[in-house]
Amino acid sequence: MSSTVQTHAPHAHSPHEHSGVAHAAEPKTNYLTANYGWKSWVFSVDHKRIALMYLFTIAFMILVGGVFALLVRLELATPAGDLLQSENYNKIFTMHGVVMVFFFLIPGVPAVLGNFLLPIMIGAKDLAFPKINLLSYYVFLVGILLTLTAAAMGGVDTGWTFYTPYSSTYANSQVALAAVAVFITGFSSILTGLNFVVTVHKMRAPGMTWFRLPLFVWANYATGLIILLSTPVVAITIVLVALERLFHIGVFDPAYGGDPVLFQHMFWFYSHPAVYIMILPAMGVISELIAAFSKKRVFGYPVVAFSSLAIAVIGFFVWGHHMFVSGQSTYAGVVFSVITMLVAVPSAIKVFNWVSTMYKGDVLLSTPMCYAIAFLGLFTVGGLTGIFLGTMGLDIHMHDTYFVVAHFHYVMVGGMVTAFWGGLHFWWPKMFGRMYPEAIGRVAAALMFIGFNMTFFPQFILGYMGMPRRYHFYPEEWQVLNLVSTLGATLLGISYLLPMIYLPWSLKFGKVAGKNPWGAKGLEWEADSPPTTFNFDKTPIVTEEAYAYPEGARHQPEAKVV
Amino acid sequence: MSSVDATGLAHHFEDLEQQRESATLGMWAFLITEIMFFGGLFGAYVVYRTMYPEAWDNGSRELDVFLGAVNTTVLIGSSLTMALAVRCAAKGNNKQVAGFTLLTMVLGFVFLGVKVIEYKAKYDHHLIPGPGFMYGGHAGGHEQIFFALYFTMTGMHAFHMIIGAGLMIWVILRALKNSYTPQNHTHVEMIGLYWHFVDIVWIFLFPLLYLLGRHGHAIGAATGGHH
Repeated sequence: MSSTVQTHAPHAHSPHEHSGVAHAAEPKTNYLTANYGWKSWVFSVDHKRIALMYLFTIAFMILVGGVFALLVRLELATPAGDLLQSENYNKIFTMHGVVMVFFFLIPGVPAVLGNFLLPIMIGAKDLAFPKINLLSYYVFLVGILLTLTAAAMGGVDTGWTFYTPYSSTYANSQVALAAVAVFITGFSSILTGLNFVVTVHKMRAPGMTWFRLPLFVWANYATGLIILLSTPVVAITIVLVALERLFHIGVFDPAYGGDPVLFQHMFWFYSHPAVYIMILPAMGVISELIAAFSKKRVFGYPVVAFSSLAIAVIGFFVWGHHMFVSGQSTYAGVVFSVITMLVAVPSAIKVFNWVSTMYKGDVLLSTPMCYAIAFLGLFTVGGLTGIFLGTMGLDIHMHDTYFVVAHFHYVMVGGMVTAFWGGLHFWWPKMFGRMYPEAIGRVAAALMFIGFNMTFFPQFILGYMGMPRRYHFYPEEWQVLNLVSTLGATLLGISYLLPMIYLPWSLKFGKVAGKNPWGAKGLEWEADSPPTTFNFDKTPIVTEEAYAYPEGARHQPEAKVV
Repeated sequence: MSSVDATGLAHHFEDLEQQRESATLGMWAFLITEIMFFGGLFGAYVVYRTMYPEAWDNGSRELDVFLGAVNTTVLIGSSLTMALAVRCAAKGNNKQVAGFTLLTMVLGFVFLGVKVIEYKAKYDHHLIPGPGFMYGGHAGGHEQIFFALYFTMTGMHAFHMIIGAGLMIWVILRALKNSYTPQNHTHVEMIGLYWHFVDIVWIFLFPLLYLLGRHGHAIGAATGGHH
């Protein structure tokens, strides 16, 4: 392959080292071995170490959110409300939503994979503001601690949407504390988004033009823009809810002329774009996986890049489709319905271009590619059912049913979470210098696909038949489908636990990975595995476009064995 | 690991130019988030003003336009002294940076002091939103929404000024150590941008809250809050 980087020999000196032991004969250090001790981690401004701190924190939150999901599915295994009382059930699904949305879906890909890879992919030493990056992690941690405190003090029962006036006036649970936690977590998100936007503008290596950027970078850039424009709005909304709750200022209280629908507008002005904050970076991961494992340049690269920006822009004008039955005007509803159809176009462009990329490529079904292909199917189902729900008339029937629950889980879990696992496997050798076990990886991916569909496909049917969300009991004729869903959720849980076991196992026992185990294109594959503290020994000079695979490129024969 | 060399260049930048451009873009991006943050409040203002125009006129007349105008002048003056501090920093004149920044801070506190006087008057007239709110001798009017937004908007604005004043202490300390040079004085520029932003928010708040409703038809007994 035609390398675009002039790197030193493996034993080159590392000018940034202060340990005093960097003799020429010593093995070269990387970001993991550059220095030791807890201080070198908790005060680290290295984007790669911060990414790992995010990874472990988020992995913990997945488990927390997963326990809540388990309780929900266990309760719904039988028609009677026998495991939990109504009040507790409300708290359990609220905590599931809050934890998963704010502490996994939103930060998952950008704060872990984005933090680790974005500077390397553009040939930079770090993000533009390394200290702000560290700050964003600690702000995130404070948000988590407050959320867990709120859970320990009795939890929240409003649903993750905190709708007024229930949340502001009536709810008798830890709404204020949870709202403050979400408010604080939002700042972590803003700091990360701001860092990404500035980094992409100002830190690109010589020759790394905008249209040579990997699509993962484009996707994270578009995500950064959405975060900058939307998250502050939910911040001020939460301030108003908190003031309403603490001092009864009346701003969302109908008794004083306050308008609860205004809260919904302000909330969804953030929370719909937040859906794209969750899915766009995941789409960026999929572009990378499909190009690398098809050995082809992504079909229609500029269109895929611009579709990220199109989603970012159009995504700001569809929030009203959450409010078709909330008392918003019919005319507003019609406009939001039409714009919702429009936002499906750039998403569909991406899917078509990914499939076209695979066409006549040398497709290697390694674990990350299995996740990527699962993403294509699951995201497409999630996206298309989104069109059902964006159709105003149909939504009146489907609203607040399990159809909606199934739809957003197909997009979020089938989409973002699948891409998260695919990306984590793909870049695992880069992050830690070890390969994960391939065979069990494919088993986990296949189990995920089966478990996921078993869990959520029955919910489409249940929702279509009218089963409302957020109830902990239901008529007996729906038990079979609910039981299938609970069994599927068990498989899904196992498929997520597997990588949490074998990935740490591979740190010690995995095969040592070279710089580029996949034979993939991209600056990250020209850095060491794991990379050095400043990523490259010498600033790379980029001379070719992204994914510049030669015509008819094939995978190495040894890659196909396993 | 985050090392900065003698010229003030951080380890991960190629040169001071790149460092300065990054900081500037970062500050503008941050100010965009601030615009969206206050934008949510301005949006709520527009919605409720349209719903309750009379209550808005009544609420507006309760505000002290004289003190508001004084504060507007004070704040615009503080933007001038801040701009002068940036100019002195660009010349490397650290003593004057410290002086002008201190002056900016003092003007900021004058503004906040006037705000305290205004808030106290509202408290005395039972115009604090909440269970004790009274307008024209009645509780629970739509004027309460006006005052809820008045206090949230001006309160958030004041909060931003307090943060700005805190940052200025840092600028003054650095200036006293002669840290600013014509090549590297990005901190002062960035805090200047922030302060001008806070100023501009007030330039919108003053007419929207104090001026627009004053000439509407007077309804409801004033509580005697005029000066």
